[in-house]
Parts: sequence; structure tokens; C-alpha cells
Amino acid sequence: MDRIRTEELSGAEIVVRCLQAEGVEYVFGYPGGAVLWIYDELFKQDKVRHVLVRHEQGAAHAADAYSRSSEKVGVCLVTSGPGLTNAVTGIATAYMDSIPMVIISGQVPTHAIGEDAFQECDAVGITRPCVKHNFLVKDIRDLAVTMKKAFHIATTGRPGPVLVDIPKDITAQRHEFHYPDSVAMRSYNPVTKGHAGQIRKAVALLQEAKRPMVYSGGGVILSNASAQLRELVKATGFPCTNTLMGLGGYPGTDAQFLGMLGMHGTYEANMAMQHCDVLIAIGARFDDRVIGNPKHFAQNLRKIIHLDIDPSSISKRVKVDVPIVGNIPDVLKEILRQLEAPKADQAARPDPLRAWWKQIDQWRGKDCLKYDRAAKIIKPQFVIEKLYEVTGGDAIITSDVGQHQMWAAQFYKFDQPRRWINSGGLGTMGFGLPAAMGAQLANPGATVACVTGESSIQMCLQELSTCKQYRLPVKIINLNNKYMGMVRQWQQFFHGNRYSESYMDALPDFVKLAEGYGHSGLLIDKPQDVEPALRQAFKRKQDLVFLDFLTDQTENVYPMIPGGKGITEMILSEEL
Amino acid sequence: MRHVVSILVENEAGALSRISGLFSARGYNIESLTVAPTEDASMSRMTVVTSGSDDVIEQITKQLNKLVEVVKVVDLSEAEHIERELMLIKVRAGGKEREDMKRMADIFRGRVVDVSDNTYTIELTGSGAKLDAFIQALDQSAILETVRTGASGIGRGNRILKV
Repeated sequence: MDRIRTEELSGAEIVVRCLQAEGVEYVFGYPGGAVLWIYDELFKQDKVRHVLVRHEQGAAHAADAYSRSSEKVGVCLVTSGPGLTNAVTGIATAYMDSIPMVIISGQVPTHAIGEDAFQECDAVGITRPCVKHNFLVKDIRDLAVTMKKAFHIATTGRPGPVLVDIPKDITAQRHEFHYPDSVAMRSYNPVTKGHAGQIRKAVALLQEAKRPMVYSGGGVILSNASAQLRELVKATGFPCTNTLMGLGGYPGTDAQFLGMLGMHGTYEANMAMQHCDVLIAIGARFDDRVIGNPKHFAQNLRKIIHLDIDPSSISKRVKVDVPIVGNIPDVLKEILRQLEAPKADQAARPDPLRAWWKQIDQWRGKDCLKYDRAAKIIKPQFVIEKLYEVTGGDAIITSDVGQHQMWAAQFYKFDQPRRWINSGGLGTMGFGLPAAMGAQLANPGATVACVTGESSIQMCLQELSTCKQYRLPVKIINLNNKYMGMVRQWQQFFHGNRYSESYMDALPDFVKLAEGYGHSGLLIDKPQDVEPALRQAFKRKQDLVFLDFLTDQTENVYPMIPGGKGITEMILSEEL
Repeated sequence: MRHVVSILVENEAGALSRISGLFSARGYNIESLTVAPTEDASMSRMTVVTSGSDDVIEQITKQLNKLVEVVKVVDLSEAEHIERELMLIKVRAGGKEREDMKRMADIFRGRVVDVSDNTYTIELTGSGAKLDAFIQALDQSAILETVRTGASGIGRGNRILKV
């Protein structure tokens, strides 16, 4: 009997067939010598579409935001050497925020590895500290299964970027193609089910809490747990805060939401974090920008429940009482189920949370985000408030890094997850524009705006050309104060007003620049023109519009916890 | 506190650099590190001697477990265990020193594994402290060269680290 033979395909065909099998819609990339065979195969098919960026950093950010805004896996394809090194900033950005992403990089042929060949670099070595895992495929027989592993590892457990480095000769060799449905790895079995005993302990603590607090982060977004989070907060009547990465996990307009916490969090959220008696942390990691100095945080006694998929996030900076490792939606469902059986004496007691909410309302009374609404110069906060109004709170907002990022986080109220796309962990300037491209491609028809500043936008400006090619109608909200605003703010507060190299001299004419790339631009320099300009721009559903807002150069982000200080040691606005 | 961490890891290219890279990137100490394949050639066993507070050791084990190629991690020093280290030490052994040197090696249960007219190469196995003691006991000017493997460890009794 004849043996049933599967087709023999080239390595390049195998790569493309794997992407098809994974249902990949878009690959963000840039061709080069080592990936020519793969590009040749992309050319011959039309299932996987390629988006040609103008710099590999843009490819990585776009793939990353495609993933953040959609639950799908972003894929990025770059050539060896500089192609890969250019992508590293984007890979590290995705790694710090635990974003599932697969990066395919070309490598010099296997026989040339280690000989300092043209466009050779040790891709696996360079990316090792900033990927969840990486592979160098040295044998074509391993290619398909490695691709499967890459997608499996990227999307399971705590997600993250995975790199597959493929030498050019492997893409030219031929082998039978078989794409496995699943892979089992004895060394990789992330825990998913929460420990029942720990869940019981958590429920008991939640039921006894007098001053409870719910603190949730990016893990809620990544695990699609916002429905369960809402249910928990509603069922308990507890106050809730979100981290920068967690915004949209709980509705920003809800009365139980205290706003973002942390270095630029609200007064009420930070005070409630410090003074609560039971804290439930969900998919968040108590990092330095969130709780400030851990010693100061530990001064107040409270019981801490910590839910996370990653055991190493637990008790890293803050000791917790009830650690629960598991898949957040499942653990929350179980907590909710157990909370539903109320204790016998509960109905008889007066609302135990009344005093706590009274205290919180007092803190809220500070109105810590207040700014001068009567100002004659455009206040950046005002632009974000108007952006929120004009888009009906329904846009996907990407941001770059700096003051504008914090104002967007504070003033745009996100009611849904995956609408707020920013580089929280690595803090990568240049992220915003390519991220907007990825988000727009993942969500055709959605309103996508990139909130940026005159400094950040220049770091990946070349992607305006990509936006033109693929007709991506993103709206660029440039809060232009001619300064690296956050650097300027720190220099004002902590370096005696010595504004060393933070002034952006010789700025381009952004309107002309946008026009040069075939888009249109508007310059706005009066507060009364802000809303009309936004309305005009967002009406143009097919076009990219670059809105250059000249804003108050001296405005600062408040509240602010200085680096190394405690969570309640906030600098508040002079307006208060 | 000093800890002896045993790691079972896939015997793949790059696995060692992932582990040593993790230690350097996160600022953990490595006192010594040994690695070799196990009876199952697809897997290597590594012994890392490190030090740190309980919190740091907890993070080290968690971070190691997070590495995709790491199969199992055990902190051997949590319970009874045995540690051994091998040293090869080349010493000057000519004339009347020759007899003394042989006697010293015998006292420490070392074996002379190579001989020349005026040198001995002694093989010595034991805890790190024993090897240190041997070095201390010698006339320092007689030591020509030393090489040590770093500690390997295994749990006592029924404590078994296996997949």
C-alpha cells in the first residue's frame, strides 16, 4: 500500500501556511535579504495580508496594538541584523505590558551563523531578556512545530512576545508540511485554576471588610475579565481603581470608580489604597509607578488578596496575605459564586461600608483634577475633555509617552476594555502612531485617535506614510507645548527649573508636514477653536487629520507622587 | 542566606544563557553554577549556589519556573541534602616536600591523579568548606593551580527531583 504522503513545501511556504492556519489576517513588516523567500510566498497568496511599515519599530508597535485592541495575536516580520534590532524597542514594549505577539525574523544562512556575515546579529541573544521565549530554527523539520509553539506560548499563561528566528537556507529547503493542532511541552504548563482554599479565605476577608478596595490592572484586560470585575464590584458595593494599564477594565464613568491610581492617580484612589483594610489586587503588580515606596505603603496594616496568572508577580514588591494564582475570569466567577450565599447576620447589620464611602466622598471633594477652565491659552486637559465629548467616549485612544499620556488617562473616561492603548511598562515614546495603525486595522470602522506630543510624535513620524498607503483614517491629537513636557515638569520640581535639553527647538510645521505625506492638518491655538476643530476632523471618516494644538507650556500633571515617595505624599495642583 | 537551587532544564542550546541571563538581569548572586546532562539526555540538571533573603530566594525560584525551558526547580537547602564539589589542585612536590604533600592529601582523602618530577595533581571531593580547608592547610607558595567544579547537590533519602 502506498504511504499517504503530505505535500513537500519550502520553509518559506511552511511559514506562510502556519500563519494561515493560525488565522493571521495581517503581518506587519519590512522586507530584506534574509526574508526574501518568505516575502515571495506572501506575494503568491492573499489570505495573510502584509502591511509595509516605514521602520521596523513601527511594525512591532503596530502588531502589538493590533493585539491589544482585539484579543488577536499581532504578527511582525523583519529581516536579519538591523531589521531585528530596529524591532527590539517594540518587542521590549510588548514584553513589559505582557502583550501576545509573534515576531518572525530572518537570519543569515545556518552555515554563515557566527561568521559576522552581512546583516548578521544574534537575534536570540539580543532579544532574550525582552521576550517571553524565543527560538532559532536550525532544522526545517522543526519549523512548523516551532511556529505552533510560538503562538501557544505567546497566548497562554501570562502572555508575551515570542520570537522565531529563521535562517535563510531553512526557508529555501523543502519538507513535508504538517501543522499540529496543539503542542504539549513538559516544561511549560501555566497554572490556570485558582486554589479552592485560598479562594475561600479571600471570600471570608471580603465579607468582613469595613474599608475594602478593589485595585485592578492590565491582567483584567488581557484575560478578558472586565465583565466579572464589574459583577464583583457591583455585587459588593466596593470602590474600585484601575492602573494605567487597567483602564477600561472597570467603567470609567461609574460612581464606584475612583479613577486611576498611582504616580498621577487621583487623590481619592491613592488615599483609599493606603487606608483600606482589605485590598483585592486583580491582575496588577504593585509596581513603583503605582504604590510608590513599598515601605511607606506597608506602614498601614491591611489584608491583601492578590489574583494573578503569574506567580512571580505575587509578593514581589509587597507581601500579600492571600495569593491566588489562576485565570482571572474563572477565579472571579468562583469568588462571586461563594459571595452569593450571604451570611445570616448580614441583613440585620447597618450598611457596613457607609462610613468608608463617606470618607471616600470627602477625598473626592478635593477635586484633584481641577484645572483653570477659563484660561486664555489652550489647556491640554481641556483638549482631552473635548476629545471625550466629541467622540462620545467611544474611540480607541492610543498614546505616546509623557504628560499627554497622563492627561489622556485622567480625562478620557474609558467604559470598555481594549480602548486605551499605551506603553505603560517600558514607556516608549514613538508608540502612539504605529499603535493607532494596528488598532485601526484590527477594528475597521472604529474611531481611532492618537494622543501625542510634539516630541513623541517625531519618534515614529515616518509611519504617516504607512497610514497614507493603507488609508488609515486615524486622528492625531498633538498636544504641542514645545517641551518634552514630563521631563520639563521633573526639571521644574526636582532640578531647580534648569530645563536641560527639554525644549524642542526648530519644530516642523506639522500642518505642512501632514500635507507633505498627503494628509491634512489643522493648527489650533485658541480654546474656543478646540471643539470645532475636533468636530471637523472626526467628521472626516476616511481621512487622517493631524490636529496640532498649541497648549499651555507651563501646565503640569497633578496629582503627582515624586519618585521614591509614598502613595499619599502627593503634590497637588496650585488650583486647589 | 546561602541556598542551593537544583534545576531540571531542557537540554537545548541557549538554556544555560537564559538562566545565567536571568540572574544577571535581576541582580541575583551566583556563587557557583554546574550543569550536565542527566540519565535522560534530553534534560540537564543544574545546581546553582546563590544567596539572598527569603524574599529574594522566593523570587529566584518563581522567575526560574517562569522560564519556558525550565522543567522543575527545587531549593535543596530547604531540607536535608548532600553537596559535593570536586577540585583538582596542582601543587609543588619536589624533594622533601613530596612526602608531606602525599600525607596531607591522604588526611583529606584526596587522591594523587597525576605526577611529575616536582608536582602532584591531587583530586579532592567534598563540601566546599572541606576544599577550602585543604587549601588553607597547604603552604600557599606550594599551590601552582586550582580548578573547582562548584557544588552539585542532591536531596537526602526519598527526596527525589525527577519529571
